[in-house]
Amino acid sequence: MPEGKFCNKTPVNTREALDAVLGDKGGKQYYAEMLELDVDKEKLATSLKNTCKSRIKTWLEMCAHCGLCGDSCFLYLCNDRDPKQVPAYKIQSTLGEIVKKNGDVDNAFMRHAMEVAWSQCTCCNRCGQYCPYGIDMGIMFGYLRGLLYSQGFVPWELKIGAGMHRVFKAQMDITDEDWTETCEWMAEEAQDEWPGLEIPIDKQDADIMYTVNAREPKHYPEDISEAAVLFHVAGENWTVPSSGWEQTSLSMFAGDWEACKQQVEHVYAAIDRLNPKRAVGTECGHAHRATVIEGPYWVGRPDGLPPKPYIHYVEWLAEALRLGKIKIDPEKRIKQPVTLQDSCNYIRNQGLKDITREIVSYIVEPGYFVEMSPNKEHNYCCGGGGGFNGMGIFRPQRNRALMTKRDQILATGCKLVIAPCHNCWDAIRDLEEEFKIGIKWSFLKPLVIGMMIVPDHLKPQEEEE
Amino acid sequence: MYQIVTGPLLWLTFAVFFGGLAWRVYTYIKGLNWRLDRVAYGTQTAYGVRGAVRSIAAWIVPFGSQGWKVKPIFTILFFTFHIGLVVVPLFLAGHIVVFKMRFGLGWPAIPMVLADVLTVAMLCAGVFIIIRRIALPEVRIITSLYDYLLLAITMAPFVTGFMVVHQIGADYEFWLLAHVIAGEIMLLAVPFTKLFHVVGFFLSRGQLGMDYGIKRGGMKGTNMAW
Repeated sequence: MPEGKFCNKTPVNTREALDAVLGDKGGKQYYAEMLELDVDKEKLATSLKNTCKSRIKTWLEMCAHCGLCGDSCFLYLCNDRDPKQVPAYKIQSTLGEIVKKNGDVDNAFMRHAMEVAWSQCTCCNRCGQYCPYGIDMGIMFGYLRGLLYSQGFVPWELKIGAGMHRVFKAQMDITDEDWTETCEWMAEEAQDEWPGLEIPIDKQDADIMYTVNAREPKHYPEDISEAAVLFHVAGENWTVPSSGWEQTSLSMFAGDWEACKQQVEHVYAAIDRLNPKRAVGTECGHAHRATVIEGPYWVGRPDGLPPKPYIHYVEWLAEALRLGKIKIDPEKRIKQPVTLQDSCNYIRNQGLKDITREIVSYIVEPGYFVEMSPNKEHNYCCGGGGGFNGMGIFRPQRNRALMTKRDQILATGCKLVIAPCHNCWDAIRDLEEEFKIGIKWSFLKPLVIGMMIVPDHLKPQEEEE
Repeated sequence: MYQIVTGPLLWLTFAVFFGGLAWRVYTYIKGLNWRLDRVAYGTQTAYGVRGAVRSIAAWIVPFGSQGWKVKPIFTILFFTFHIGLVVVPLFLAGHIVVFKMRFGLGWPAIPMVLADVLTVAMLCAGVFIIIRRIALPEVRIITSLYDYLLLAITMAPFVTGFMVVHQIGADYEFWLLAHVIAGEIMLLAVPFTKLFHVVGFFLSRGQLGMDYGIKRGGMKGTNMAW
């Protein structure tokens, strides 16, 4: 059966293979090869037999075709209510057909399924909330992505992303050396302004082990120093692992469950090695989903929990503000209309809705916070979730998908959006670029640093004179 | 003929109906897999049960969930249809009399007028559900003949039953026979078609409730606002 040089059923497992696929700019040859890629029907049938159990079978079989899921899907709404964007239709015409035919589908079908799975669903899971039967098509699309990935039908960037995790244990080509050097460099830079600030690496038995998104050392190293400043001011006994520091999972977007497992095992190994009291992850939604919510299941932990309590950054920050570890100068609170983006991955999918609002209550002058509508667990996806932000071939669809969030933000009348999630942050940046609505957007860390009261003993000496 | 359909065939129907549904429940639960579903059913059971109950409760009560609230017309059609479907056969005086004759066991019946109102309302709701299927593009695209067949199977016992009670059809014997057979077809269809949602609703809604009750916020102390 014809397997392409780049587009094939074999995951990227080596640096050489990774460089080779990366060399195929934009995936030109990759997608040309995909036109010829054979479907291993036997393997597909075996996968279904082993993994398509009563939950998904029942969802597919029982769907009453009532159409209530239509209005729950932001992609249906922002595509002029195209009936082909109704979640039930999308899943029945893809996964439903594969199951019905027990894997006996052809290349054209698989390519169509790939387009639907990655450009018509961000796995935000909102439809499951609005289905009387609780049929969660986001979960089913995640499952479908896994089937497609195993057959080689996956967008180019995500094949690479999953490969990055396999090769670097990170979503980008950042080695452990790059990471520790970045930490040292960031600590050094910050020490002028923050005497005594450290980014302790591999400290045993700390209270907190901090993990990040590889984009931070790669593109936004200031995010790491901001985290360090806040831990420093809060007086936390914290550390970062020299290895196992990367919390994200493009492999989850790709449906590469083996890479997902390897990535999470790598982080959990750092926890075992350093024995912190708990772990805190950065302001990222899917990283939290991967490492804290789904991760325990990928590695086979029967209690469904990470080896140590593992909290999202917003939980740590809310706690620090609540306990007065970080104090806000009331004069510096946000005094302009401001709204908040609820990330699907930890609001809908882990219920942290009140935590982010607690933070807002400390950092926004009363009267200036405006809720989006809908909000909390009913909020719409930013438009870039589930890998949507990063796939070249689906860029036009992604840009259209941003319209929902644009209109939600416009309706609040706010010019500032708090977005404590890398994916949402990117999507909001892109929607501003695309539609120019004149908004600013921010993570929490820089906002809090700008308004906290710095205790005298933490200020540089010369200022005290 | 009447002897057969109200005798052995009726017994067979009940056996298939209850046996089939029990099989559905058994295979569903047996097929749940904590690792594949990524829900710790077995170790976090108390959180799971709490989540399941909340999830089912929100959806079994009219306007109990956000999903019902945003679709008021459909919600009214839906509950009118289902209330009629469940209440009339179980509490119709005529059915209870037969049951008491055979088994010596009876229970209070609803007034005839109420049974009539519920039946007519249920049939009207059914007609509107059919019209909705045809009229709304987002419903039409996922509708197949199978969906209409199921509506026909479900509504037939009520149409025929209404005719029997009010002796509308010229041939009473015929309509009575038609009613019993239609009822049996419906009961027989339940375990083998998506009508198995009689139990499937509770299983599936309960399962997603467990997911939310355990993994997606429940263990953080957050209640999903269904």
